[in-house]
Amino acid sequence: MQNLCSVGKRVPKLDAVDKATGRVKYIQDLKVPGMLYGKILYSKYAHARIVKIDTSRAREIPGVLAVLTGEDIPDIRMGVYKDNRPLKKEKVCSFRDEVAAVAATTPEIAQEALKHIEVTYEALPAVFDPEEAMKEGAPLVHEAHKTNLLKMPWKLHYGDVDAAKKEAAYVVEDRFSTTWVTHCCLGTSGAIAEFDPANNLTIHSNTQIPSLAQKDFLDVLKAMGLKDRRVRVIKPCIGGGFGSKLDTYAYEYIAILLAFYTRRPVKVEFDRTEEFIATSTRQPTIAYVSQGCDKNGKLLFRDVSMILDNGAHTSWGATTPHVMMMVMTTLYRMPNVRYEAKCVYTNNTYAQAMRGYGNPQATFVVESSMDMLAEAAGIDPAEFRRINANQSGDVSTQGLRITTCGLEECMDTVKNQLEWDQPQKAGEGVGMASLIHVGGGARVYKSDGCGTMIKMDDFAKVDVFTGATDMGQGSDTVIAQIVAEELGLEIEDIHVIHSDTDVCPWDVGAHASRTTFVAGNSALGAARKIKARMLELGAKQLEAPLEKIRLQNRHLIHKDDPEKKIEIGKLLRKTHFSHGGQMLMAEYFYDPDNENVGKDFRGNTSMTYTFGTHGVRVKIDEETGKIKILKYVAAHDIGKAINPLLLEGQVYGGVMMGVGYALTEQMLCEKGQNMNPNFRDYKILTAKDVVPIEAPVLETYDEDGPYGAKGIGEPGCVPTAPAIANAIYNAVGVRIKDLPITPERVLAAIREKKGLDPCGQEAGKDDAEECVIEE
Amino acid sequence: MAREISFGFNGNPVKMMVADHWTLLHLIREELGYSGTKEGCGSGECGACTVIVDGEAVNSCLYLAAEIDGKKLTTIEGLAAADGTLHPIQKSFVENGGIQCGFCSPGMIMSAKALLDKSPNAPEEEIKEAIAGNLCRCTGYVQIIDSIKAVSGHGVDEPHVVAFKTDEADRGE
Repeated sequence: MQNLCSVGKRVPKLDAVDKATGRVKYIQDLKVPGMLYGKILYSKYAHARIVKIDTSRAREIPGVLAVLTGEDIPDIRMGVYKDNRPLKKEKVCSFRDEVAAVAATTPEIAQEALKHIEVTYEALPAVFDPEEAMKEGAPLVHEAHKTNLLKMPWKLHYGDVDAAKKEAAYVVEDRFSTTWVTHCCLGTSGAIAEFDPANNLTIHSNTQIPSLAQKDFLDVLKAMGLKDRRVRVIKPCIGGGFGSKLDTYAYEYIAILLAFYTRRPVKVEFDRTEEFIATSTRQPTIAYVSQGCDKNGKLLFRDVSMILDNGAHTSWGATTPHVMMMVMTTLYRMPNVRYEAKCVYTNNTYAQAMRGYGNPQATFVVESSMDMLAEAAGIDPAEFRRINANQSGDVSTQGLRITTCGLEECMDTVKNQLEWDQPQKAGEGVGMASLIHVGGGARVYKSDGCGTMIKMDDFAKVDVFTGATDMGQGSDTVIAQIVAEELGLEIEDIHVIHSDTDVCPWDVGAHASRTTFVAGNSALGAARKIKARMLELGAKQLEAPLEKIRLQNRHLIHKDDPEKKIEIGKLLRKTHFSHGGQMLMAEYFYDPDNENVGKDFRGNTSMTYTFGTHGVRVKIDEETGKIKILKYVAAHDIGKAINPLLLEGQVYGGVMMGVGYALTEQMLCEKGQNMNPNFRDYKILTAKDVVPIEAPVLETYDEDGPYGAKGIGEPGCVPTAPAIANAIYNAVGVRIKDLPITPERVLAAIREKKGLDPCGQEAGKDDAEECVIEE
Repeated sequence: MAREISFGFNGNPVKMMVADHWTLLHLIREELGYSGTKEGCGSGECGACTVIVDGEAVNSCLYLAAEIDGKKLTTIEGLAAADGTLHPIQKSFVENGGIQCGFCSPGMIMSAKALLDKSPNAPEEEIKEAIAGNLCRCTGYVQIIDSIKAVSGHGVDEPHVVAFKTDEADRGE
C-alpha cells in the first residue's frame, strides 16, 4: 500500500472553523423575505374522535394569514405504511397528533392563535401496552386496519431450532424489555417552505434524506393537484441527526401546505418541548429469548420473539426488525435460528430510526442472554464468545457474507485493556458485549447508491458535489480526504457541497453507517476519472509514458525523474486555454453490489460488516444501587481509519449515548403522554458523567471499502447496555433485564437476592412498615 | 415598556432601546442580528445560548436584556481577532475534534473561555464542572474536554486511539 498523504490523517472537520466562530447557519438562523411563522396544535387526548373544530376566532386575529385543519387539506398520506396524515381528520390516535396549524406574521401571534382554536373531542378507549393491544377486544388504533398488529411479517427460521433445543446441553430462557428514548438533537427540527408562481417548491429542511424527501414532497404536490412540478430540498447546517431526520414529518408537510395556501414562505420550527413530544423515539421492545449450546459451549440455536410498540402511526421504526435479524442470525456463528417480531399499534408516540436502527435492542437481548448461557455452561463469558466468534470468510444462515472480521482481536484487546483476568475488588465487576453492524452500505431501498460530481477550476481547486449528508459526523471531511489523496492535492484544495438537491446527485440517505463506505466509494470513483484524465494530459506534457506519472504535492511528477514535473493548476490552465480547450469534470454513481433480502429474509444486505467488542469495569454501591463505570473499552474493526480524529469522535459519542441508554435515559410515557419533555427530567449525560473511555481500532482493510474502510457511525452505541448489564451481574450477581438500569432497579434486585423486601426489610417481619417504592 | 440601555458588545459600545420582556438571547439574535448564539431549549437547561457578561458565563435565554445595561457582553462572534485569527480555545476545538454538529459549540466555547479567563490552568475536574451545564449529544464530551485541557496545559500526551493492525493488513507498508 502506498504512503498516504490525506487518508489516515487526523484532519479537522472542514466546517469546524465556521462552527467554532458561530458562522454556520442552522434552520434556526434562516429567514426568507416575507416569511410567515407556522405553529401546530396537538391533540389533547391519546385517542378521541374529533367532533368539531372551530377556527373562526383564530382566523380573526390580526396577523393570522391561515388556519388549517384536516378538513381543509387534500388526502395526504405519510410514512412507510401510509397511515398518517399531516393534519388529522375525524380522529386523533395519540397526544402527538397534529390537529390544526396556523401561519402568522410572527411566532407569537401564531402561538396565540392556537389558543383560540376550539376543538371538541369525544374521548375513546385507548391502549398503551402492545401486549394488551394484541388481545381480542382491545381498542383499535386504526379501525379500518381491523387489527392493531401491523401487516409486516418479520419472521424467519433457518435450520431446525426445535431439534437443536433437544440436542442442547445447556439452555437459557428469559424476557427482556427496552423503553422509549429519543435523539435529543441540540438543534431542534424545522423547515421553511416556499412556492414560486409556477408552484415549484423550495424547502429548507434539516433532513438526512434529501433525495427521498424530495420524492415524498413531490408526492404531496401531486396529492395537492400539482403535477410535474419541481421540488428543491436545501439542507441548512444540521444540528444533529442520529436517525431522527430519516423520514419526512408532519411539520414539513404543514409548512408546505401553509406556504401554498398563503402564497408566502412559511417556517415551522420546533421548540424543545415539541422536539420531545413530536419527534420520534427509538422503539420500545419486549423480547422473549432462548439460546442453547452444546457441552463444549458451541452455540446450537437462538429463538427470539419480539414485540415492538409501534405507536399510533408508522415510520421506519417498524422496519428495524430488518437490522435485528442480522444480529439474531449472525452475531456469533449460529446454525439454527428462529426470529419473529410483531409491530403493534398503540396510542403512544410513534417510533422511528435511531442510531443503531434496532441493533441496540437486539444486542441487549442476545448479549445478556449470552452471558447467562456462558454461566450455565460454566465457561468464562469472554472464552464463550471466542468459541463462537465469527471469522473472515463465514457466510451466515441468512446469507450474510463476512468478508473481513476482527471480532476475536477486538475481544482480546478488550480483555487486555480491561485487565479482564485480574482478581476483582468487592463490588467491582467486568462485562463485555460484541456487535455486528452493516459496514458496507445496506440495501433496504431499490438503490443503495450515491452520486458524486467533481469540477476542477483553473487553479487546481476542486468542487465535489456529493449526495451524502453531513449532519456533524464529518462525511464532508472524509470525502475531501479521499479526493485529495487520489488527486495529489491538499485538503484545503477541496470544497465539498452537499446541501442542495438542485446541484447534488442522488443518494439514498445518511443511514446504516453507510456514508464513508458508499459516498466514499462514489467520490473515489469520480476522483479516479479525473485522475485518469490528468495522467493522460500530464503524460503528453511531460513526454513520458502514462504509468510513469504520479500525482503528488499539487504536481504531476515523473516517477523516475522527479525534476520532471508540472503544477496541476498549470496543466489545467494549459488544457483550458488552448485551441479546443477543455475543463476537467467527472461524475460517478456508486451503487454497491449488495442484495435486497428475499421473501425468506435471506440476502447479503451489506458489502461488509463492522464488528466490535465493548468491555466495561463497574463498581456497584450495594447500599444505594449506584453504578460507577471505572473503565470502558470500545474496540472496533473498522477496516481502515480514514480519519482517526473523527472516528474517535463517533465512538466516544456513540458510547456516551449508549451509556445514557443503559443507565439514565427514559421518556416517561404515562397513558400516552410524555411526562418529561425537557432536559431537566430527560437525562442525557453531561460532561460530569463522562466515563473513562479507550477506543482501540483494528484495521482489517476490507477490499470493497474506500482505502479499506467500513462504516462506524452507529456501532458505538450498540453493545453498551448489555456490556454494562453483564458487568453488573459480574459485580453483584443481579441480572437487570429492563432498560434503563437505574440504581432503584439494581438496589431492588440486590435486596431481592438477599431475601429482603424492596425497602430493605427482612420479608415477613411484623414491625416492617408497608413498603412502597416508586420508580 | 421599553428603556434605553448602553453596554459593551464584543468590544464596541452600543446604545439602544430594549423592551422589558426581551431576553438577552432575543436581543442578540433578533435585534442585533448575531446568530452564533443558539437557542437549544429556552429554559436554561442546555447551555447552547451561553454568553459572557462581565466575565461570567450566563444562559442568555434566562437573562433579561435590560439587565445588560452598563455591562460588557461577549458572544462567540467576539472571540476571534479582527484579522480572523481564532481564539486559542476555538483553535483547540477545531483541532481536537471538539466539534461535530456544532450546535452546542458556541455555548461550550463561551463556557470554556469564562473558565480559562479566571483559571487559565484549570484541571480536568474544574473543566467538567464549568461545562456541566452545556449539553452535547454528538461528542460524548471526551474531545471537548480534551480541547479545553489542551489550552489549560493539561493536554493529553497521546491520542486515545491505540491503533493496531493485523499482519495481513501490514502488507506492503
